[in-house]
Amino acid sequence: MFTWPNLLSQLFNGLALGALLALISSGLTIIYGTLGVLNLAHGAMFMLGGYAGYVAYQATDSFIVAVLAGTLFLLVVGVVIERLIIRHFYDRPHEDQLLVTFGLSICFVEIVRFFFSSLSVNVPAPAIFSGITQLGVMAYPTYRLAVVGIVAVALLALYLMLYRTRLGMIVRAGIEDPVMVDSLGINVFRVFMVVFGIGSMAAGFAGIVNAPVVSLTPDVGEAILVQTFVVVVIGGVGSFPGAVLGGLIAGEIISITSMINPGYAYVMLFAAMTLVLLVRPHGLLGTRGRE
Amino acid sequence: MSLLEVDGLNAYYGDSHILFDVGLHIERNEVVALLGRNGAGKSTTLKSLMGVVAPRSGRVMFDGTDMAGKKSHTIALAGMQLVHEDRRVFGSLNVEENLVLAGLTAPGRWPLDRVYEMFPRLKERRGSRGTDLSGGEQQMLAIARALIRAPKIVLLDEPFEGLAPIIVQDLLATCRALAEAGQTILVVEQNISAALALADRIYVLNNGHIVESMTAPAARKSPELLHRHLGV
Repeated sequence: MFTWPNLLSQLFNGLALGALLALISSGLTIIYGTLGVLNLAHGAMFMLGGYAGYVAYQATDSFIVAVLAGTLFLLVVGVVIERLIIRHFYDRPHEDQLLVTFGLSICFVEIVRFFFSSLSVNVPAPAIFSGITQLGVMAYPTYRLAVVGIVAVALLALYLMLYRTRLGMIVRAGIEDPVMVDSLGINVFRVFMVVFGIGSMAAGFAGIVNAPVVSLTPDVGEAILVQTFVVVVIGGVGSFPGAVLGGLIAGEIISITSMINPGYAYVMLFAAMTLVLLVRPHGLLGTRGRE
Repeated sequence: MSLLEVDGLNAYYGDSHILFDVGLHIERNEVVALLGRNGAGKSTTLKSLMGVVAPRSGRVMFDGTDMAGKKSHTIALAGMQLVHEDRRVFGSLNVEENLVLAGLTAPGRWPLDRVYEMFPRLKERRGSRGTDLSGGEQQMLAIARALIRAPKIVLLDEPFEGLAPIIVQDLLATCRALAEAGQTILVVEQNISAALALADRIYVLNNGHIVESMTAPAARKSPELLHRHLGV
């Protein structure tokens, strides 16, 4: 129902969702931009981050340890998966790459279901961020506000890594032309491994940070995967600023539409994607298309 | 032993056979031009040497090691550099980042100042993104990016193509200076006079076969031969 406080609250929900989508999508977009592999297991990795954090939280009762565990576990998962499986698919057709990452995503989901069942588990928000914050005319869950801040810091860290470090320079060059990077004496396959690790890590971090907001189930990543895919298309494949902009746009579209009629949230999201593709085929901030 | 000795090199794109038992050798400090019509396999030869295209068979002995089938980064680390026909400057990186990136893994890399001394224009544009450079500037950057690695051999793929005559003169002078300083170069060029002005020796490639090998002065004296192979 439409009221001004309701709208304001939904705008905030959109910002929180958008920031989260931005972070997950930046992982997906740098992986796709550099390796050329569309990682359909990215949503499942988001989910794994949540569960790894949940396990660590159960063991230690510390939310910070949970966040570290979710993040680092996915860094390791990303690197191992790239070494063991993904790297054998760089020279294979896109269909094979889609199939193998889709298969991985099913495995991740079912492994988690085996150990934790399909019932949702709960990771509580840390004590300092629990409760409600009064923001003028509306009351808003404090942790959701905190998520916006935490994710903004993570995005800033990712930005600094990409634009202010040597590794970031190599990654940006690799997104543009991996063959040329290799010709300049930089082992591009090692770069691929690092990028896959960092991209997976971003998904894992988002998964645990988001865990107190949703009820964590093994298929929590499915919806997220579809949304991040739309974000990457809207923002432009391989573009980090594009992922951030696309994430915020998608978050607000879903949120505002849900206020009026939740059934149309995805319709509006895909309509927006179609519109962007018509006007700017490479996405809002994308440059060249990747073959 | 020659710096580069290629023997029986065969390369394919998919099912089409592009290079047929290509053989050539290049001595240290030598400038060699590879001439041929469009589609003769000149670019494919350079890409096969650099490992961008994997040759199906043959030997590429570079400084005593067989590089056939090796990855590009391994070949680059051994001291070979290819300046691609389409330059492949990183558009999202600025001029200086392009150069720094290129030098990262080169043990004896040139200091940036030495590169800028050779290409003062690049110094002026050091903060510009690759996409904002003119064609001539991109070509300078592509060559500079190879040189900063202090390579034992530079492969130049049509370095003068599509550039204004005045810029061609400039780049040609730079390449000459490099050659006189002892840089080993293998150049592919449609501009025959530029190639002959630069090279000590030439090979002619026709439909993927090496059909002629002679010194540059001999080639200059027999224009009818070049006409037959190259249609000029």
